[in-house]
Amino acid sequence: MTLQTILPLNLEALKSLSQQKNEPAWLTENRLKALELASKLELPKPEKTKIDKWDLSDYGTYQAPVKVATLDELPPLISALVEGNESDNLIVQKDSGAIFSSLSDELKAQGVIFTDLETAAREHEELVKPYLTTVVAPDEHQLTALNAAMWNGGAFLYVPKNVEVNIPVQAIFLTENAGATFAPRILVVADTNSSVTYVDNYISSGDDVRVHNGVVEIVAKAGAKVRYATVHQFGGSTTDMSYRRAITENDASIEWIIGEMNDGNTVTDTATVLKGNGSTSDAKIIAVGSGSQRLNYTTKAVHFGKDTTSQMITRAVMRESANAIINGITKIEHGATRSNGEQTEKVLMLSPKARGDANPILLIDEDDVMAGHAASVGQVNPEQVHYLMSRGITRPEAERLIIYGFLAPVVSDIPLERLQTRLQELVERKLGQ
Amino acid sequence: MATNFVIEGLKATIDNKEILKGINLSMKGGEIHAIMGPNGTGKSTLASALMGHPKYEVTEGTVTLDGEDVLEMEVDERARAGLFLAMQYPSEITGVTNSDFLRSAINARREEGKEISLIKFIRQMEGSMKELDMNAEFAHRYLNEGFSGGEKKRNEILQMLLLEPKLVILDEIDSGLDIDALKIVANGVNKMRNEDRGFLIITHYQRLLDYITPDYVHVMMQGRIVKSGGPELAARLEAEGYDWVKEELGITDETVGQEA
Ligand SMILES: Nc1ncnc2c1ncn2[C@@H]1O[C@H](COP(=O)(O)OP(=O)(O)OP(=O)(O)O)[C@@H](O)[C@H]1O
Ligand SMILES: [Mg+2]
Repeated sequence: MTLQTILPLNLEALKSLSQQKNEPAWLTENRLKALELASKLELPKPEKTKIDKWDLSDYGTYQAPVKVATLDELPPLISALVEGNESDNLIVQKDSGAIFSSLSDELKAQGVIFTDLETAAREHEELVKPYLTTVVAPDEHQLTALNAAMWNGGAFLYVPKNVEVNIPVQAIFLTENAGATFAPRILVVADTNSSVTYVDNYISSGDDVRVHNGVVEIVAKAGAKVRYATVHQFGGSTTDMSYRRAITENDASIEWIIGEMNDGNTVTDTATVLKGNGSTSDAKIIAVGSGSQRLNYTTKAVHFGKDTTSQMITRAVMRESANAIINGITKIEHGATRSNGEQTEKVLMLSPKARGDANPILLIDEDDVMAGHAASVGQVNPEQVHYLMSRGITRPEAERLIIYGFLAPVVSDIPLERLQTRLQELVERKLGQ
Repeated sequence: MATNFVIEGLKATIDNKEILKGINLSMKGGEIHAIMGPNGTGKSTLASALMGHPKYEVTEGTVTLDGEDVLEMEVDERARAGLFLAMQYPSEITGVTNSDFLRSAINARREEGKEISLIKFIRQMEGSMKELDMNAEFAHRYLNEGFSGGEKKRNEILQMLLLEPKLVILDEIDSGLDIDALKIVANGVNKMRNEDRGFLIITHYQRLLDYITPDYVHVMMQGRIVKSGGPELAARLEAEGYDWVKEELGITDETVGQEA
């Protein structure tokens, strides 16, 4: 039986939209194929979370972005996130497309490309086409297919061979008008022995229900070092479905730093395919759930290359009646000798109604490897609260110290100071302090 | 006003089992009282009940510090009123650095807006750590996490030095300490000794009392103070053990709940 999904738009509309945007023919073709796939594919099945009951139909329609020429014209929500010279290398998307984009002369001179993905597809076909939709394949499930069909705005970052970019480049994605399709797609290509840090923020305003269907693709060529930091802080009316994947070639490394600070329901899936020998992946995820949020976070490392190393840490604090399912999957393929995969998932529950579920999974098809996992779900330890209180610290302050302490070992390991502070602030906001 | 700490008829239960069976003890600032007694006779229970550990329920009796009803107070209020307990088994708290913890504890005693300045705090902390021969790195380590037994005890004393309590209870502060550390900890206590401050020292060994001379020594058995005396009592217990006390009092099994 073929499944017929009601799609947010039809082939004709998608085709004319793509043409209207002057997209190259290969891209239009690419999108149409993906849309066809979407009609046949089912929704993903995140472990223990029934998303078929979620309203994932509210994609809205494409609404052409209105570009701004200077920073001053950016909405305050966005300019608040930009400090000092961060605007030198910045992409801003509002609703269906990019409204601002800048790249410093210095980085331009080094051959770095940083622009919205739509522009990149038109202007840098040779760098976009070989990678686009290869890391997160449209045929994974209906959502990846839909993003491949409908993506808009987005970001493209290319770092040439041997180029080391020393300051983080930043992108901000804002959904304001719930009636506008919001489906950014990020593509990062770090060429041989290059290094770069990319930081982005996802924010929303307004109370109308909507969906963010986002995809991130990262290609780290031999010896490249990519650090990808992302903070999601959508409001309660936005459902966040985000799929992030990196592929590492020989001796490449990827570092994920992820702040899951949404107020709405969320499914995120962050994976590294360690293809090349000697490559490494490190993922740090900090999450806070509140209200009646349903959350599902997956981290995954798939080892193909020999001597590959992966490390995944998720720390989540759940308050009120938030519910989090946290999955960690370490997969070591046959032939990935001397590989090492470690993962830890920890959930701290602050109320009797909060729920946390940690599911560490090791799938090992090779003998000569090391792998380990640790998972724990618990409440604030009353002995610890007592100890702190016995020194005169009030109960709320004692609990605050313990909660922050729970996240601290991961937060304090974040190599970007500004991001650390921002995460700290967001954690405080989410904890209602 | 010199500190006055009075315990009268204190009874406490844990899981509905009565452990403390009527403790009477009166202490004044400047005095050092030692509590000795075999294992399982209620010494730590007394300390925990005084501090307000939620596991223990006080069923009878009163405790006052300078006339104020201690038992009415929350744990943190007791601490701010001047009570301090160096615990037999201090908690480990990952993610909270020792210095953040100490600063929070100091600031909890100060009004909002009058918090201790960072510089002053660091100076005080580092000064006290030096006195205790603690490596400066312990300020940045997570609270008690991975500390050795002796290091934890030293860290308890560090807190005592910085918080300047009125009534200090030390529960087996000497266990796990090497000879040098024992002297250092004893020096810390002696330095803190003054007219306003009372000490209740729970110990098994005369060793500690060689360095900190108590004014009174009490023996606990079966959840009560069964004998009190001066420093010579501790010396005799060290030399002869508890059998003579039991014999004198007609006790066969000294642990809680074993009375005839
Ligand atoms: N949850 C409990 N249920 C029943 N009995 C308990 C419980 N907790 C403690 N006790 C008992 O209370 C008694 C007193 O314990 P406490 O820790 O006060 O002894 P102590 O005098 O400090 O001993 P030690 O010298 O070994 O430190 C012990 O017999 C102990 O087994
Ligand atoms: Mg004890």
